Amino acid sequence: MSKKSYRQAINEALRQEMERDERVIIMGEDISGGTGAAGDQDAWGGPLGVTKGLRPQFGPDRVLDTHLAEISFVGAAAGAALTGLRPVVELMFVDFMGVCFDQILNQTAKFRYMFGGKAVTPLVIRTMYGAGFRAASQHSQCLYPVFTHIPGLKVALPSNAYEAKGLLIQAIRDDDPVIFFEHKAMYDDEMEVPDEPYSIPFGEANVTREGDDVTIVAFGRMVNLANQAADSLGKHGISCTVVDPRTTSPLDTETILETVAETGRLVVIDEAHPRCGMASDIAGLVAENAFDSLKAPIKLVTAPHVPVPFSPALEDIYIPSVAKIEAAVRAAVSHGSKVAAE
Amino acid sequence: MTVEGERPRRAANWWEDDAGDAAPVEEGKPMASIRPITMPKWGLAMEEGMLARWAVDVGATITLGQEIMDIETTKIANVFESPVTGVLRRRVVGEGDTVPVGALLGVVSEPDVPDAEVDDFVREFLAGFEPVAGGGAAAIAPETIEAGGRRIRRLKAGPDTGLPVLFLHGFGADLTTWTLNQAALADEHPVHAIDLPGHGGSTKDLADGSVEALAAAVRDYMDAEELETAHLVGHSLGAAVAVTMALDAPSRVAGLTLVAPAGLGEEIAGDFIAGFIAESRARKLRPYLEMLVANPDRVTADMVEDVLKFKRLDGAMAALQSIADANFAGDSQRLSLRDRLADIEAPVQVVWGENDRVLPASHAKGLPAHIPVTTIPDAGHIVHMEKATEVNAVIARLGKT
Repeated sequence: MSKKSYRQAINEALRQEMERDERVIIMGEDISGGTGAAGDQDAWGGPLGVTKGLRPQFGPDRVLDTHLAEISFVGAAAGAALTGLRPVVELMFVDFMGVCFDQILNQTAKFRYMFGGKAVTPLVIRTMYGAGFRAASQHSQCLYPVFTHIPGLKVALPSNAYEAKGLLIQAIRDDDPVIFFEHKAMYDDEMEVPDEPYSIPFGEANVTREGDDVTIVAFGRMVNLANQAADSLGKHGISCTVVDPRTTSPLDTETILETVAETGRLVVIDEAHPRCGMASDIAGLVAENAFDSLKAPIKLVTAPHVPVPFSPALEDIYIPSVAKIEAAVRAAVSHGSKVAAE
Repeated sequence: MTVEGERPRRAANWWEDDAGDAAPVEEGKPMASIRPITMPKWGLAMEEGMLARWAVDVGATITLGQEIMDIETTKIANVFESPVTGVLRRRVVGEGDTVPVGALLGVVSEPDVPDAEVDDFVREFLAGFEPVAGGGAAAIAPETIEAGGRRIRRLKAGPDTGLPVLFLHGFGADLTTWTLNQAALADEHPVHAIDLPGHGGSTKDLADGSVEALAAAVRDYMDAEELETAHLVGHSLGAAVAVTMALDAPSRVAGLTLVAPAGLGEEIAGDFIAGFIAESRARKLRPYLEMLVANPDRVTADMVEDVLKFKRLDGAMAALQSIADANFAGDSQRLSLRDRLADIEAPVQVVWGENDRVLPASHAKGLPAHIPVTTIPDAGHIVHMEKATEVNAVIARLGKT
């Protein structure tokens, strides 16, 4: 056990799985510093240094710097998975999904089903998401609801370094395609992470806070903001349960419904856009299955339905904040009482 | 607390220092006129704690050892027993507040001390208080060493000289189970707590899951650390490992404190073992961990998560299953050490939680007469965490050999 950043945890998961299983390969744009670029190989180790050190250790046969055409290298990785390798391919920003989406939507996601279970596709697509990096509209989106919508894909959203290592190892060992979302504003966040390999099962939510008054369901980086809000509200007599589903597909509906049955109130925090997002999905789940236990309307805290702004001032208010989460929880708790929320 | 068994009074005996019942704390020290109550340091890694509840009001007379508040850390929730006797004059920290180790929580004095003097004391204490980084022991952290070709994680503290005390945890636990005990003994003894093979940060490769194999690993650890002899403090399965050590390598064992030991009777709560292994979700695992304690509130979310973090490690589940298969079968134990206790040359003492729901405290009845048994009320299987002060007093008697 030692302190590791989100970046180091992901790097360690890749390294340990490559050591354990020679079928694991990684590929993507600039993951070792750029083929043909001047200077040392692996000078960068990926655009944000996540894959640094892997090319020197495992060599160019297993660490493939690709050309700038996602449609072909994502497709190549899917084919490699179908024929016996376990590729981890990096889609640098999830915003680039548009140029390779057919490979994911119509090929990768469908192989197992359309081949009657005779083929498996152990492919992992690692990708960066999220706002707060001053990277503007085309490099800051969340988009995990789009992948969650597609049967045949699994979608993981690690909320800290410990989760990142365990969920990535699980993703690599999983026989189905997994889209692994890394929030780019979390790479330097540190915590205690075991040195040994470990895997966190998919579809098992993590209850990070236990309370009586409100259930907060949050995704990815938003889990940390929800925890902060819960800790702050706890000092004012409002006790919150915080649920980190870990994966949006499969989704641990059981834990969500059980905790809502206990608290009677639900607030969902989602950095994605509000239409057809995880927040509305969870709200629908609870409205359909736990309506009788609700004491107040469900509250959603999401980004607005606009592109991510480039203006730092606008981007800061675009992202759900601890203050917005606290306000939503207070509104849920004070519903029906004559005393206005503080 | 009750002490069972006939306790021979021979001067050469190691428990002779103790007068009568095993009192948790020393009585009769003269009380200074104003005494602080400060945030205790429960464990080598504790830096701060949250005062969850005051159990006494200002103006009340409190006595040494009385339960005066509940304190929670990220690792444990527990009652805090008063280190002093007197009238509680001030509550300096309110319920729900988190403060560093050593911070002033309350003030006790004789009843006739004027308010102004109490206020001056508080003011001076607060003005002079500086939290020590890391709670005063920032450098002490678990480390991993090689012993007998195995990776063993250990936490070592205390002086270089003196009789070493070596702590051996139970099934499914790790060295952090001794958080409240190791620190208390570190003033006088070199204290070692290790993760047994298959557990915590130690190797998950087991030759087999028997207590003999685990005892061999403990002996290798002692060899690697050049510990000729040590007092072994074992809990549950770890106590069975300690007994096996004492039988197989008597020269290496100076004494044994057996906390809720396995192997002294037939029954064990088989559903605890099965549930502990089977459940991978915190909400499903928690009821089984609650079987370990008398008061379920003492199981914190972090305790549950720490168990899950261990179980997720590669090889951990296979190791647990192998140990369970070797030592338990449903509601009965395969271990049978009871008849061999009389063969142990070193002093042995047994401590048990009266409400143990995993291994019943009745297993301590009818042991050889020279083995003192301390049964502690309002405590379950992890009595060393629930009633640390009392268990530490028992262990300390043994440390005086």
